[in-house]
Amino acid sequence: MPELNLSSAPAHLRHGSSIGQPLTRRDGLLKVKGQATYAADNHPPGMLFAVMAVSSIAHGRVTLLDVAAAKQHPGVVDVMTSDHKPQLAIDPEIKTNPFVFRMEVLQSNEVRYANQPIAVVIAETLEAATEGAVLLAPRYENLPALIGLDAGESFVPPVVGVGNPTENHRGDVEAGLASSAKQIDAIYETPPQYHNAMEPHAIVASWDGDNLSVDMPTQGLMLSLGRIAELFGIAPDKIHIRSPFLGGGFGSKGLMSGPPVLGIMAAKLVGKPVKLVLRREQMYGPVGHRAPTRQRLRIGADGEGSLTALDHHARTLSSTFDDFYEPAADASHTLYAAPAIRTSHDAVRVNTGTPLFMRAPGEATGSIALESAIDEMAWACGIDPLAFRLKNYAEVEPITGKPFSSKALRACYEQGAARFGWAKRPLQPRQMRDDAGLLVGWGMGTATFPALMFQAAARAAIRRDGSGVMEIGAHDMGQGAWTALAQIAADAVGLDIDRVEFKAGTSDLPDAGIAGGSAHTATAGAAIHSAGAAVIAKLADLATGDERSPLFGAGNAGVIARDGRLIRRDDESRSESYAEILARAGVAEVEARGTGAPNPAAMEEYAMHAHGAVFAEVKVDPDLGQVRVTRMVGAFAAGRIVNPHLVKSQLFGGMIWGMSFALHEEAITDRRSGRIMNANLGEYHIPVNADVPPLDVITVEEHDPHVNALGIKGVGEIGITGSAGAVANAVWHATGVRVRRFPIKIEELLTQL
Amino acid sequence: MKQFDYVRPATVAEAVAAAAQPGAVYLAAGTNLLDLMKGGVSRPDRLVDVTHLDGLDQIERLADGSARIGALVSNADLAHDADFARSYPAVAEALLSGASAQLRNAATVGGNLLQRTRCAYFYDTASRCNKREAGSGCDAREGENRGHAVLGWSESCIATHPSDFCVPLVALDAIVEIEGKNGRREIALDELHRLPGSSPERDSALEPGDLIVAVRLPPAARGFAAHARYLKVRERTSYAFAVVSGSAALRIENGKIAEARLALGGVAAKPWRARAAEDVLKGVTPTADAFQEAAWRALTDAKPSGDNAFKIELARRIVVRALTLAAAGTPARIPALPASPFASTSGAIHA
Ligand SMILES: Cc1cc2nc3c(=O)[nH]c(=O)nc-3n(C[C@H](O)[C@H](O)[C@H](O)COP(=O)(O)OP(=O)(O)OC[C@H]3O[C@@H](n4cnc5c(N)ncnc54)[C@H](O)[C@@H]3O)c2cc1C
Ligand code: SF4
Repeated sequence: MPELNLSSAPAHLRHGSSIGQPLTRRDGLLKVKGQATYAADNHPPGMLFAVMAVSSIAHGRVTLLDVAAAKQHPGVVDVMTSDHKPQLAIDPEIKTNPFVFRMEVLQSNEVRYANQPIAVVIAETLEAATEGAVLLAPRYENLPALIGLDAGESFVPPVVGVGNPTENHRGDVEAGLASSAKQIDAIYETPPQYHNAMEPHAIVASWDGDNLSVDMPTQGLMLSLGRIAELFGIAPDKIHIRSPFLGGGFGSKGLMSGPPVLGIMAAKLVGKPVKLVLRREQMYGPVGHRAPTRQRLRIGADGEGSLTALDHHARTLSSTFDDFYEPAADASHTLYAAPAIRTSHDAVRVNTGTPLFMRAPGEATGSIALESAIDEMAWACGIDPLAFRLKNYAEVEPITGKPFSSKALRACYEQGAARFGWAKRPLQPRQMRDDAGLLVGWGMGTATFPALMFQAAARAAIRRDGSGVMEIGAHDMGQGAWTALAQIAADAVGLDIDRVEFKAGTSDLPDAGIAGGSAHTATAGAAIHSAGAAVIAKLADLATGDERSPLFGAGNAGVIARDGRLIRRDDESRSESYAEILARAGVAEVEARGTGAPNPAAMEEYAMHAHGAVFAEVKVDPDLGQVRVTRMVGAFAAGRIVNPHLVKSQLFGGMIWGMSFALHEEAITDRRSGRIMNANLGEYHIPVNADVPPLDVITVEEHDPHVNALGIKGVGEIGITGSAGAVANAVWHATGVRVRRFPIKIEELLTQL
Repeated sequence: MKQFDYVRPATVAEAVAAAAQPGAVYLAAGTNLLDLMKGGVSRPDRLVDVTHLDGLDQIERLADGSARIGALVSNADLAHDADFARSYPAVAEALLSGASAQLRNAATVGGNLLQRTRCAYFYDTASRCNKREAGSGCDAREGENRGHAVLGWSESCIATHPSDFCVPLVALDAIVEIEGKNGRREIALDELHRLPGSSPERDSALEPGDLIVAVRLPPAARGFAAHARYLKVRERTSYAFAVVSGSAALRIENGKIAEARLALGGVAAKPWRARAAEDVLKGVTPTADAFQEAAWRALTDAKPSGDNAFKIELARRIVVRALTLAAAGTPARIPALPASPFASTSGAIHA
């Protein structure tokens, strides 16, 4: 692969350190020129094209594939089926660790969901492979399919999300409800949703003997590497994965799924490099989705509007063969100070691809229900929704009683409300109209997302010429890791960002952990920070121990690294450049490693979350029921902001997704066949430009000494939470109609307007 | 992809000859046809590319006051033709409310008329669909059908025709000029699209090899320019097909409706001309009551084909609103959000 040429041009103004500066994306120029090489842009010599054939039934067995017909088609080289494929080293059904999900890689002729891969056609052209897949004309033994949240007996899964307890409680919910003056008991439904990253899942795989080269977008280089190694029975160091850019992942490219494994198998089968790219509709099955939920919220409040109890139950579903349970009810753990809280989940199994993490898993689904219910409760108590939330403000984490490591939510409420003009909101719904007679409504929601940390390592070096190197297998999914992490790296080694060679996005670099859980900047950033500190310490040892250095003897006082020089902390007139130190010591470079990891002691003591407040204005046609968001303000407190530009983009994106959740997004499943009937971006609606109103994001100052060394909380997912509920609540405020099934559809409003 | 022949005839006569054989289809901009081919819904043996035919890309004003639009005029060029938009504002508004700017730049007049239904079961080749495969059944009938027809449907097919463009066209009595094996003929647009009956596999009255060469708006169509609107309710502000749409055009003389034209989109397998409703409006004062009456008349025969009863009520309200907007007068400029209930919202800059 050609070296990445990340440019900082146009030159950035620097004021002091890099962290906190609104640098534009360093990969921006590459991207607008079409020079950023995404996985599917690779085309090694001799490469063949692989196309998956997928099942049209949701449950049963493939009984016949017309392999001969496919093979006869000009250009078709081979057809990989469950009877004709390279052997894997281990059974893909075995879950070797909790982050392994079962995948369909032609291990049998069984079909467990619609759009499951059932064969792979390999050909000289994409067109030939595509036609070959059609010519297979599969026949099936069709078995009854389980579809939807009422498909069968529900059960209580052992855990939800990633190892969260299925049930939690604090206090006596039933007593709290019994003693309350006002109660809400309502059911909210959220639909299945698909990640729909712009870039489809893609792989270009080539084998050279036992060495495997892979171009593939991944949010988890090391997890992918480990999974490929065990599936193919080769040592991890024989595998090289390049993933410099992802065209979005949102959780669907976090863990190894079946299709890229099929690409590697196909390359092995034909002994040539192979490219396999999913078609849009093929992304509705084997690469995860957000499961639908049906959530019941029972809330009690006393005569003053203080919560007495909060009971949140979520029904969700998983596949018939694996387990992922959307932890929707957990959204009620952190926000509102009810003396009694209970959250619980149950699930049914259906014939679907296994659901997965999708941007704010649990928080997004749970938040829209919780924020709607809180809004309903505020109305029942006759209290303004913001005043109600402030009245029930959690000073400690309600479910655990732990103090927060930091929580600037009050400031978010204040600043967001002021910017939005919330004070002028009439309490009653259906009070506001615009000049054209459209109903206007204002709603709000509270945003929250945990501040997580995973494990990461980084390698830093200072070179003879005084420049720096920072290496970490980090992932840029579009969020801006190439820029934000390079900023942290520059500060970590005390250099201008242009003097640091920042390497990321390949599997030969130190493990950056998974880019998920809104934890990548924090986790990778912490590793970079510590690697930088370590290499500077080595450099300082060289100088302070050498009597020829002006820093000789400064060991105890300490030195500061700034602009490529080490400077005596207690006497800034004494300094020496990195290049001078290395030249005199006669070494080509010094290097050191660092790690980032969660701090168990801090986690034990504190609840760690980012927070925010989102305010939305909608307009609704009073006769026709069409809804449009016309204004949104979000104020978020998420610890240290590494790059305000990129953070705003993340928050904008989240808010748009929230509005999408409330008004647009839904996978429509045929109730009989289990097929997704709108598996394309024409009919699976996400907001278009004309739907997106002026968005206003405020980042509220927050210093958190506990989350990690840099005080970073992460902003990738929080924007969805709060926003979806704010839009739904604004629709109610505009119309007086409370819709509890999302997305809000015209017919739900039409008959009640 | 299936192998197919591709021919690029130089003249209309050559095109008609090339398309006369079974398995041949015309290719215009391909924004619909190529999607159907990629999905295996349409598997032609021969594509007859008409985009290079001469003389089909003109917008002409004929001596008698008609407008004649060549079949290859792009949707965008037509909508942005100032004279055309002034004379037939509802048609321009409908065009601009369709698809996306990119698609409108490519899509042709002929292709828009003959675009196929968006019924998801028609697109899903694993489903039974009488339109795709005659006699196979209709999986939409008991399926996910909240978007399907409420007028003119049959047990064989409940699909709708998705075009926005066709709705004001049919209201304005547009005529389709066709070149076929036996030479030139013309039919009313209202006769072009077929209701499904027991043969939904036939979308239109065209015979194999028939080429649409132009669409004509008769002289009278111009008479509605002062009071003509298109209104389209959809699930997002732009880039979505209509849930239901309506076009209303009025000729108002001395405070009374001299003549009304009304058509609905997204409700049937064809753009739905509501003549009974037009009749009740003739000669009356444009009032809310009159429009309500018209709305009831327009939907008298409507019945749900599935989970879509709401479309009947929505259609009624659209009729009332479209008539109200038309009576209020055509705006000087097409709104930034064409045909949208939010057309009046300030701050909107594009759709
Ligand atoms: C994502 C998406 C969204 C869309 N949204 C909308 C919307 O909101 N409203 C709307 O109205 N439309 C919408 N469309 C449809 C769009 O308007 C049509 O695809 C387009 O008008 C077709 O024109 P074309 O020139 O590309 O036709 P083609 O795709 O080339 O042809 C379509 C059909 O017409 C036939 N044909 C074409 N020209 C002739 C001719 N001169 N004589 C005889 N037969 C001919 C072809 O054989 C083919 O069967 C959308 C399309 C897409 C893909
Ligand atoms: S409604 Fe018509 S187009 Fe849709 S599946 Fe039925 S027959 Fe086919």
